Amino acid sequence: MAVQALDAARLPVDWAKLVQKLALATALFVVAYGVVPAYASGYLVEAILLPFLALSLAAVGLNLLTGYCGQLSLGSSAFMAVGAFGAYNFNLRVEGLPLAVTMILAGISAAGFGVVFGLPSLRLRGFYLAVSTLAAQFFVQWALTKFGWFSNDNPSGVISAPHLAVAGLSLDSATGRYLLSVTTVMVLTALVWRLVNSATGRNFIAVRDNETAARVIGVPVLRTKLLAFAISSFIIGIAGVLWAFTYLRTVEPAGFNLDRSFQILFIIIIGGLASIRGAFLGAAFIVVLPLFLSRLGAFLFGGLFDSGVLDMSQRIVLGAIIIIFLIAEPSGLSALFDRLKRRIGSRSS
Amino acid sequence: MIGASLGAAAYERASEISAILAVANPVGDRRLARLSSRPDVVLALSGIGISFGGVKALSDVDLEVEVGEIRAVIGPNGAGKSSLINIISGLYHADRGRIAIGGQSFSRVPASRLARLGVARTFQNLALFGGLSVRNNIACGRVHTRRASFVEHIAGLPRARSEDAGIAEKTDQIVAFLHLESVADRLVATLPYGLQKRVELARALVAEPKLLLLDEPMAGMTATEKAEMAGFVRAARDRHGVTIILIEHDIGVVMGLSDRVAVLDYGRKIADGTPAEVRADPAVIRAYIGTAEGENGEDIR
Repeated sequence: MAVQALDAARLPVDWAKLVQKLALATALFVVAYGVVPAYASGYLVEAILLPFLALSLAAVGLNLLTGYCGQLSLGSSAFMAVGAFGAYNFNLRVEGLPLAVTMILAGISAAGFGVVFGLPSLRLRGFYLAVSTLAAQFFVQWALTKFGWFSNDNPSGVISAPHLAVAGLSLDSATGRYLLSVTTVMVLTALVWRLVNSATGRNFIAVRDNETAARVIGVPVLRTKLLAFAISSFIIGIAGVLWAFTYLRTVEPAGFNLDRSFQILFIIIIGGLASIRGAFLGAAFIVVLPLFLSRLGAFLFGGLFDSGVLDMSQRIVLGAIIIIFLIAEPSGLSALFDRLKRRIGSRSS
Repeated sequence: MIGASLGAAAYERASEISAILAVANPVGDRRLARLSSRPDVVLALSGIGISFGGVKALSDVDLEVEVGEIRAVIGPNGAGKSSLINIISGLYHADRGRIAIGGQSFSRVPASRLARLGVARTFQNLALFGGLSVRNNIACGRVHTRRASFVEHIAGLPRARSEDAGIAEKTDQIVAFLHLESVADRLVATLPYGLQKRVELARALVAEPKLLLLDEPMAGMTATEKAEMAGFVRAARDRHGVTIILIEHDIGVVMGLSDRVAVLDYGRKIADGTPAEVRADPAVIRAYIGTAEGENGEDIR
């Protein structure tokens, strides 16, 4: 009986859906490479799109580790820092290194760090693992401040973005940085999408859902966890490069503090765990929320709503939203989005 | 210095003693060697003992399983059945005794190599991957045959693709064998309990094991579902030639399904033989009637 009832819910291969997906991808490309560079204001690019893209990529990376593989991490911002300072130093110390190679090397450095700080995951789970990843957070920030070499002996440890160029084409303008960022994010997201839909991605999910069963059927659990840490940190490291080079342009170690790690964790909780789309929805939400709050505050309270109040109200609202999401929609904005789409679909048909 | 050398002496003495203890059962070892060299014995346990915090869960249990048989292990609650299966699959490590799987002898079975040793199992409480579809859950059962790296998977290189195709084909066969076609693309967590149990059997079978360990595959099922599951277990043996160890609570099902039955009570094997022999065994009747009246109302049918 139950089997027959379930039958109806199963969808056959749907060509209309495939065409729809293709159209969506084309639209995305047109917007990303046509509409935005041509029409977006400098403010939109600098204050919204660049942080959105960097945070989205970091969230995609963390989602791989936490959402798909079930390993809770509070060290994201440390891996971003390793990426950013790594890229800065590779660029500084190796003459004529192409930007793409610099970014990949920075990602690999972050991946190496990720594996080292992922080692406790072989013994620790959940909350205890999260606490142990704090070690990465504090160690990296300490090392970058303590050893001047990392910031080329800048007295306050600040690094500045180098001249950005690909194949002789300067990308230092806001549009140029946007194009660099959006291309990097799209390429890496596509690779992650391939990964999570492959056997390796299913190993991640198997380890998350039932580690004992995974081990017994032959999933190499230890290797899978370390691989998740490595790939996740690689992506977060490159997100750190984008954050430092395309968005902030000058950054100090304190810019990669625990708050940033939490921010990225909140993005994937609000957006939806184990969902790539969720990382983007969550990042958009986190970036737009303060802007929205400041407009709303100014509208309601006028001059009373200064930056101090904004900061405070932002924390309160964000905290409340996270609690609401955890209770009412643990699968995040991504699931909400799906439900909305279904409702609209069922109404129109 | 003196303290250190005394410490070292004590350590040496302790390791001597433990070495003596480790070979304390030469008869059992010889028996195991004899059994494990026989090609018709898939699994042989010899003198298995394990205790948890002073409670002996199993003591001195011997068991051998021959190719192609359905071998049941029954016993009242807490008799040590699940401990036994967890020792065979390497999740617990026995304090004493050895385990021979397909001619290889272990004191601790390496759980991570279990699939490659040709052993698959199901769990008493469902142990599926809730975030994956039925088909992908089953496909995971062949993960031990995969060699392609994650880079090959991302790039879609030939080896990764041919592995995927081969596994998809085997998965389809098992899906058809266990009549799971209509739910194959659903998230496994959304299925009713009985079907989830069947998916777990499918995930174990797709590995094409020589030995299949079923830990209460019918627990919590309705009578119809139990009969259906018993049919699948028998068909798995008949068609795929897999040897099966079946742990079950429901004695009625066990007696009809198995070739030989071992009975555990308080961690000891009290009887071993064909269903008819076991049913007539006075020790078994005492154990079961005793618990039936005392604790959990089981009856022997």
